[in-house]
This record gives sequence, structure tokens and C-alpha cells, in this order.
Amino acid sequence: MKHITNSTLPAGVLLRGVDVSLGYEGRDIVKGLNFTVSDGDYLCIVGENGSGKSTLMKAILGLHPLSGGTLEMSPELRRYGMGYLPQQTPAQKDFPASVREVVQSGCLRRLGWKPFFGRTEKQLTNEAMARLDITHLADRCYRDLSGGQQQRVLLARAYCAAGKMILLDEPIAGLDPLAMQDMYGMIAGMNKPVADRPMPGRQHLGSGVTVVMVSHDVPAAVKYATHILHMGGETTFFGTVGDYLKTPEGRLFAGCTEGKDGD
Amino acid sequence: MTELIATLKTYFSYGFVRNALVAGVLISLCAGLLGVTLVLKRYSMIGDGLSHVAFGAMAVAAVVGWAPMAVALPVTVGSAVLLLLASERGKIKGDAAIAMLSAGALSVGYLLLNLFPSANTGKFSEETLFGSTSMLTLTGVDVLLCVLLAAAVLVFFIFFYHRIFAVTFDERFSTANGLRSQVYNFLIAAVSGVVIVLAMKLVGALLISALIIFPALSAMRLFRSFRSVMICSAAISVAGSVLGLLLSVLYGTPTGATVVVIHLVIFGVFSALKVVMKR
Repeated sequence: MKHITNSTLPAGVLLRGVDVSLGYEGRDIVKGLNFTVSDGDYLCIVGENGSGKSTLMKAILGLHPLSGGTLEMSPELRRYGMGYLPQQTPAQKDFPASVREVVQSGCLRRLGWKPFFGRTEKQLTNEAMARLDITHLADRCYRDLSGGQQQRVLLARAYCAAGKMILLDEPIAGLDPLAMQDMYGMIAGMNKPVADRPMPGRQHLGSGVTVVMVSHDVPAAVKYATHILHMGGETTFFGTVGDYLKTPEGRLFAGCTEGKDGD
Repeated sequence: MTELIATLKTYFSYGFVRNALVAGVLISLCAGLLGVTLVLKRYSMIGDGLSHVAFGAMAVAAVVGWAPMAVALPVTVGSAVLLLLASERGKIKGDAAIAMLSAGALSVGYLLLNLFPSANTGKFSEETLFGSTSMLTLTGVDVLLCVLLAAAVLVFFIFFYHRIFAVTFDERFSTANGLRSQVYNFLIAAVSGVVIVLAMKLVGALLISALIIFPALSAMRLFRSFRSVMICSAAISVAGSVLGLLLSVLYGTPTGATVVVIHLVIFGVFSALKVVMKR
């Protein structure tokens, strides 16, 4: 029942959950979860409310203890770290912080023992803002932005922190349909290989950022992701999107997708 | 005006006035920086509670006959850490814990002073509660201690600036990013304890939270990035305290109350500016 760094994971595997159980105060809400995340994957975690999706994400980040099983991380993932886009908390909403300051705080892990950010971190901050199309907002106050813009800022921050993997907890919750589409596009863009555009200090990211996302939007998950982890009591599923669509739940949602495509 | 400057010149020739100014500037600088963090972390009331704890500790020290700072410093820093622990574990609701601790310490301190009265008990209460003239009676050792502690606090804020921003803005994200947020929360609590004990000299226990909170709130009226708020808060804090000190020396008013009223006026001016500038 622990986090371990496993250097004998198969090549390309960043994270492996073996028989993972999660719960609160001695009561398990999830049992026997098995999944693998490889370099360049786009994994969507779907399932009903209260099925433990966000808890699993917190466990991966080390913010919540496992009640059973193991989470194995590759040494590479440990070294470069993970970016995290949390569900928004109301406490931040009146905070005096410029967009640049918020995005830059994603570079914190790179500081080590230095007190201040260097040129590489500043370049990375600029790159992240350019990628999410918020460069023109750099000096604006975070709290004055619209919900969609704030979400982009937090995604840029997570991007700075994402040495290898980015974890997104319901990134589209509360966004209007247009902002939602934007968000999906940008996440997909991050997931694509970026070999043609080497970033300062991120050459190891040649295969793109690995994405792990908690979402309620199953049609979009099926459309964008490579793998699905469906959580919910007895019907836990992990596999590729293709395999997911062959399961009863998957077929149900595949119907949804076709409906969406039709209109 | 020339008369005023001449009077000030005379005062500045006294060592105790210069001591008061040096200590006042350093203390306010620390208070201004700390205030931003406390306000944004929703810890404002902790400052108030801790100041009462410091008063209680100083009262005990006075009765027993120990050096007040030597007792107040560890007790206040310790209480700060305990308060944080209690509210984090959710055993007692944060604000209830603070109210309990602050009223408890205040009453124990005051009771002790009355049970074991000495010649200067009344003066002690006024000094430690309202900081009436204690700034003007600082010894060389006091000033040295002030300089050392203030330097430590400043180094903390400069060296950990980006980390303080990160844990204040989003603790969970910072933890997920490998920052030991808990350690920084404890450091912030400890620094609060130090600044509060120092600031007791300037404004006294009852007025400390004003000195810590007002400059931060004033700065947040007009500025919208963390760095500008930090810089502005520190500047307001120093300017307000120096002005308050000088006025209290010139007109013989109680230092603590004068300083806090100046900060209140600054807050009013900044709030008005906010309306005028529509920010």
C-alpha cells in the first residue's frame, strides 16, 4: 500500500497502478484498480460522481494515501514531475496575482535551492503563455479574467510543471461550449509530439506531454483520449478507447457520440 | 515649518529617538510583508490572537522577573505553530481556537499582574497593551535584537518569495509539485510569532493586528499583482510608522495609537483612490 519508484517498469511506462484501493476513514470506495500509463498516452478517467476519480488523481500526486495496492512510477516521471490542474477553489478568486506570476509558479520544482527563477524558467513561462494564447494577458490580474481565461492560466501553470505528465481534474467544468472546445484543442495540442519545437530544458518531452484527465464528458473522452479508465463499483474498465467501445458502458456512450456527430 | 524642522533636528540628536526610528522602520517592514501573506492565507485573526498570547507571556515574565522578550518569543512562536496544527487537524475550528487562546492568555496575564502587583504594574499593562512609549525607551540591546530578528524575517521573505507566493496562492498545487507546503506554513507561523513580539514594542499587543493588516489591505486596494502588493504594503507600513513615530514625538501622543490611526487614514485614502480610479 504505497508509492514506489520502480526502475524495472517496461520501457515507455510512466505509471502503473497495481491492485490499487482508495478510501476515506477506513472505508474503501475503490478496490482492485489496475492501469498503466505510458509515455504519450492520453488517459481519461470517467465514471459517476463519488466513484473516486478525483481521489485517484490526488493519490497519483501524493496528496492522498492509498489504502491498498501500489502505484509504481518510473524514475523519469519522478525526476521531471507532474503538472496538475486542480478543480478551482473559491479562496483564490480575490487573490492579487498577475497571470505571469501564476503561470511562473508552475516552474517551482525547477528552482531546487535557488531563491529566484532563471532565464530557462522565464522562457518556459513565456512558452506556456504563448501555447495557451494568453501572452496578451500576462500583466492582467488573475481574478479579473473570465472563467475560461482563468482555466487557461491554470493550464499554462500545469504545463510549466509538467515535466512528463499533466493531470487535469475536470478541466472543462463550468466552461461555456466554445471555451470547452478551446480547452480540448489545447490539451490535445500538448499531447502531440513537439520535436519540431524544442523547448528550453524540455528536450525529454519529444513525445509530447502525457495527459491524465478526470472528466464527465464521455463523448469527448472517447473522441480525444487513447485510453479510458471507467470507474464505478463493479464495472471498472481499463483499456484502449477501441476496447472501451466494445463494453456495454462504452456502447452506451458510443451511441451518444454518434448522436453528437449527427447534429 | 522651519520651526518644526528645527524641533525634529533637536529630537534626532537624542539617541533614543534614533533607536526608535531604526527599530520602527525594521519592524514595520517585516509587518508589512507578513501582513500580505496573513491576509491572503486568511490568517488575519491569528495575528490578533498571538499578540494576546505575547502579552500573557510578558506578564508572566514580569511577575517572575525574567527578561520579557526571552519568554514571549518562544511562547508566541510555539503558540503560532500549535494554532496552525489545531486548525489543520480540524480538532477545533480555527477562529474558535484563536478566540479561546487570545482571551485566555489575556486574562491569565492580567490576573497575574493584579495578584502580584509591583510598583510599575499599571505602567506595564499600558506599555504592553498599547505600546504607549516603549519605543522611546529602547536600549541598545533591544535595538540590536530588533535588527537581528528583522534581518532574519527579511531574509526569509526574500529567499522564499516565490515559494511563499506558491503556498499562499494554491497550497494543493504546490504540494503536488514537490513543495513541502506544511513546512512553509509552519515557517510563516513562526515568522508571525517573531514579528508580533517585535511589533509589541511599537504599537502594543492590542494594536498589532492593525499594524500587520492595514498596510496589506491598503496595498490590495490599488495593486493587483503579488509583487506590487508586497512592495507597496512594505512601503506603506514603513511610511505610516515613521510618520506616526515622528508625530507622537512632536506632539507627545501615544506612539502605538498614533501609528495605527495613520494607517487607518492611509487605508481611507487608498480606498477613496480606488473609487476615483475605478480599479
